[in-house]
Amino acid sequence: MSATRMIVLPHGTRADRDTRPAARVGRVVGSILLVAFALALLTPFFWMVMSSFKGPNEVFSVPVRWLPEVWHVDNYFALWIDTDMAIWLRNTIILSTVVTFLQVLTGSFAAYGFAKVRFPGRDVLFLLYLGTIAVPWQSYMIPQYVMMAQFKLTNTLVAMIVLQAFGAFGVFLMKQFFETIPEELSEAARLDGLGEYSIWARIMLPLAVPALGALALITFVNTWNDYLGPLLYLRDKSIWTVQLGLKNFVANNVTADYSMLFTGLTISVIPIAIIFLLGQRFFVEGIATSGLKG
Amino acid sequence: MTSAVTGRVGTPSPRRSKLRLRNTVIGWSFILPNFLGFALITLIPVVQLFFISLTDQNIFGKGDFVGIANFQKLMGDPLFQRSFVNTLYFAVLHVPLTIVVSLGLALLLNSKLRGVAFFRTAAFFPYITSIVAVGLVWNLLFSPEYGPINEVLRFFGVADPPGWLLSQDWAMPAIVIISTWRDMGYYMILFLAGLQTVSPELYEAARMDGANVFQRFWNVTLPGIRPTMFLVTVLLTIASFKIFDLIIVLSPGGTAAPNMATVVLSQFIYQRGFIESKFGYASSAAVVLFVLCIVTTVIQFLINKKRSA
Repeated sequence: MSATRMIVLPHGTRADRDTRPAARVGRVVGSILLVAFALALLTPFFWMVMSSFKGPNEVFSVPVRWLPEVWHVDNYFALWIDTDMAIWLRNTIILSTVVTFLQVLTGSFAAYGFAKVRFPGRDVLFLLYLGTIAVPWQSYMIPQYVMMAQFKLTNTLVAMIVLQAFGAFGVFLMKQFFETIPEELSEAARLDGLGEYSIWARIMLPLAVPALGALALITFVNTWNDYLGPLLYLRDKSIWTVQLGLKNFVANNVTADYSMLFTGLTISVIPIAIIFLLGQRFFVEGIATSGLKG
Repeated sequence: MTSAVTGRVGTPSPRRSKLRLRNTVIGWSFILPNFLGFALITLIPVVQLFFISLTDQNIFGKGDFVGIANFQKLMGDPLFQRSFVNTLYFAVLHVPLTIVVSLGLALLLNSKLRGVAFFRTAAFFPYITSIVAVGLVWNLLFSPEYGPINEVLRFFGVADPPGWLLSQDWAMPAIVIISTWRDMGYYMILFLAGLQTVSPELYEAARMDGANVFQRFWNVTLPGIRPTMFLVTVLLTIASFKIFDLIIVLSPGGTAAPNMATVVLSQFIYQRGFIESKFGYASSAAVVLFVLCIVTTVIQFLINKKRSA
């Protein structure tokens, strides 16, 4: 599979469109279906964002009110006082950044070894990486936890970093990409006296920016949204992530202030939405290339 | 195949074995930083799993060897039986539904309709949204009395709409719907990549032979995307067997609510292991999950190999 193949959406100009009646009907049906899909996909988001501007008792009203009666922008100020959102955000940003950095660094480094250096046992080792894709994390989370407890790492952010930074996913994605880079390039560099490490740093990495971007984006989004890891490992409130904090806010939401809850959810989604919109080209290519979520 | 230094074919010379050694050292030095972490947090725990499942270890430390006692107890545990059946039930609903929806979406986005770029972005939004937000929003959308979904259903004349997440029969279908909603953008991208490998000439030839749109789909598109279909089926099956986070944010009652209708294998492992601290016992269920995933994947590989032969 070619790693760099772009997903090009067909650009139909009006002129080359099929104008037969059957094709025209097909287009209309297709467009209606697309709009229906888009509505189904985006309505929950619309409801979430609108609810974040509602009054405390306005979220549930019969019949459903889609827009707030009065726009409660104050929810967005009160949230920072009523909850530890600032701390959760800080922890999540630290965690996502460090994990992304380590994953990209060690992943692309190892991928070079797998793609460009031939040595005995390499392919068996790679199969070992590949095989773990069929093994769900839930099946070995207990021994992993026991081990982390022996290292006294439970209830620390370090545990979350170690847990997520060395996945097989980064290695797999980067290897696919490196294999599309012609061998002549590194061969020429070797003749010029460059060592393997310099080839990785000075030739491979600059060429692999799209793949590195995809890996960084996917890792960041996954770490940001991770709920299970923090649920098992992070007990102290001071090291909670956004997801864990919001879930606890829900659970302890005795006053049932749902609009405030939606405010928190909206704030937690915004950074990821922005990052995704900026880098969605990488994101889509990365997933189509590797077929994996990480 | 590419390599740093291509070894010449011939009798091994001292120079060649020196090169081999050099390559091995360089290769390992690249892989080692990642491999150390990978071995520590994935490989070693996977091996340890089988040992722990044969002990009565709890949160306080080393347990005693108890043989297959955990597995015997597991077979008679009603919660385990329910979670095993529910996991299969979820997979049986979720895998085909997600394939149909995401392939349909990919076909639409592969056509010359206007605005496909926008829809591609929209389709991805659920996938990048956190599971906590997804769980909460859908929980309220599905609320039997006040939720918008039942409101719409009543508007269309459904007098007695389902209780969804609070009902015994509808809780699992509701979770399947949410899960498909969340995942379809992701699998859609995989299908889209697959669709673009099918040569346009094949469609043209089929059209010349008078094949209608359904015949073209059945005889050109489906065979053309077989590798993608295989990949999606394997990934989706594993993802279904390990379903956990969505269940846990949607059923605050845990394994009890409503009447164990949505308890699944991963949740059982979490409940017995992390809530009740029975590490050994929970590990035996984890072995079952592990074997289920591996065996299913191997079977899928064999079927795929037989078909392409």
